[in-house]
Amino acid sequence: MSPAVAVRGLVKRFDEVEAVRGIDLDVDTGEVFGFLGPNGAGKSTTISMLCTLVDPTAGSARVAGHDVRTERDDVRRNIGLVFQETTLDGYLSAEQNLRFHAELYGVPRAVLADRLRQVLEMVGLWERRKSKVITFSGGMKRRLEIARGLLHSPRVLFLDEPTVGLDPQTRSSIWEYIGQLRGREEITIFMTTHYMDEAEYCDRIAIIDNGQIIAVDTPAALKASVGKDRVQLGTADDGAAIVALRDRFGLDAAVHEGAVTFAVAEGERFVPRLFAELGVEIRSVSVARPSLDDVFMSYTGRTIRDAESGRGGIPSWMVGGIGRR
Amino acid sequence: MTAVIDPIQVQLPARGVGHDLRAVKVVMHRELIRFWQDRMRIIVALVQPVLFLFVLGTGLSSLTSAGAGGVDLRTFMFPGVLAMSVMMPAMFSAGSIVYDREYGFLREMLVAPVSRAAIVLGKCLGGAVVATGQGLLVLVLAPAVGIPYSFGWMFAAVTQLVVLSFTLTTFGVLAAGRITTFQGFMALVNMIVMPMLFLSGAMFPLSGLPLWLRSVTLLNPLTYAVDAIRRTVFEDLAISDVARRVLIPGVHWGGWQVPVSVEVAVVAAVGLVVLAGAVAQFRRD
Repeated sequence: MSPAVAVRGLVKRFDEVEAVRGIDLDVDTGEVFGFLGPNGAGKSTTISMLCTLVDPTAGSARVAGHDVRTERDDVRRNIGLVFQETTLDGYLSAEQNLRFHAELYGVPRAVLADRLRQVLEMVGLWERRKSKVITFSGGMKRRLEIARGLLHSPRVLFLDEPTVGLDPQTRSSIWEYIGQLRGREEITIFMTTHYMDEAEYCDRIAIIDNGQIIAVDTPAALKASVGKDRVQLGTADDGAAIVALRDRFGLDAAVHEGAVTFAVAEGERFVPRLFAELGVEIRSVSVARPSLDDVFMSYTGRTIRDAESGRGGIPSWMVGGIGRR
Repeated sequence: MTAVIDPIQVQLPARGVGHDLRAVKVVMHRELIRFWQDRMRIIVALVQPVLFLFVLGTGLSSLTSAGAGGVDLRTFMFPGVLAMSVMMPAMFSAGSIVYDREYGFLREMLVAPVSRAAIVLGKCLGGAVVATGQGLLVLVLAPAVGIPYSFGWMFAAVTQLVVLSFTLTTFGVLAAGRITTFQGFMALVNMIVMPMLFLSGAMFPLSGLPLWLRSVTLLNPLTYAVDAIRRTVFEDLAISDVARRVLIPGVHWGGWQVPVSVEVAVVAAVGLVVLAGAVAQFRRD
């Protein structure tokens, strides 16, 4: 079978701005594929092109075996979409929203009732099917949108920031549904996120920055490629510790959340040397494996949060990398 | 955890006319659901025509009783008010596109594997039905202004209202395709609706207008609709020939009086042309 998504040299230019600058990508059937990057990196533009909502300036993309430019309707019949912003009609009930969708997509009437029940039960909204969507919480709306995106059994489900703006509990429940989904339906999931911790749920991740893909691999392989661990110290004199780290070990450290923080290869082996040579009293030590945040940092020189606030060029590579989990 | 059920795999049928028709129907159906839910709007929309008919009409009739040839001004105004009563509901219905865009629902429609024409047509038909429904509430007031019920004129008038409502909705949908705020949309609607109404003969006979203004009225689709409805409503009324000539001068092209059927056809044709424009506009989105 052809890959679920195949992209070659995809470019999108808006007037002066080149939002997507030549992307190549293959997503296999059945994969959960994550598109990770800061806001404004070109994730949404890429997903819009894959969903036939935006015409590419150059390059090609095939989704579910169909060309997004020349076989638009075939692509649309085979994909489900959940956007960042809600696209439900608040004045209709949950069920009416789904029925509207079914009619627009031409879902055969014979299977509609059963399929409707199945997707609503899956997201836990069967009991609330008669309620108007306007009475739903943000999480319920998102779940309903996922149910709607699945209603017509798409081959690829696109989720654009599916958990943005939701509380942590709801976020994890959304991920539970996505996990269940993989087990039940033959479906490829293509999602974007700028939450590092969520990208870990994906089989593979593409890291995107400034309209280009800078790395594609499994989360584990990407983290292994960084090679450095994160070390945090509680000391008697943080200022002196930072100076000592620079002078004696050549390490660039900074204070984050009350701890002196830096990165070093083979953190566990480094700690004994630290005690012996630092010369500043150490009260606590922690060593952590690199996160995807560190991966992004090692490829771009910035953290995702830096990229989003438009700063960049922060001295320590740890900035913003901690406390997000 | 509950037992894992085999997912029901939906097989979408190939694209075809049947699928497009389902889309037209469901877009239209949604319009009806929304209209019915917003019953307050139905009542509010009834206020303006009733004010025109019974307050303005009654008040002005003291000025014009000499000139109307024995015909109550309210009777004269009734067909015009009927046409007016469908204008705002038609525009509101079209304006929901602006809301749909703002709240994202338009996107749900535009990404569906269905022709844009089906969506636009469904919207326009929905607006036509909703606005006609509103017009029916005014239609039933006929006996209060001296026009007895009869199947003949009522059936014809409803048909004409459907055509007029459809055409008005197409105008609204065309406008809504380009405007991003509801305030902007309503401002534009007011800018169009008022001149259209005043230059249509809805409130006074066009025979009183200077020639150059009368030629402007010939370009107004509402003129044809109002004249058609008025001739239909007045068909069976016993009024003098003099009054008929003054009050219902008819629409003339050159020296030819345009028959009711052609007037309705003109309104429908304008609607279809504007519909085509609206479809083309949404295809570009």
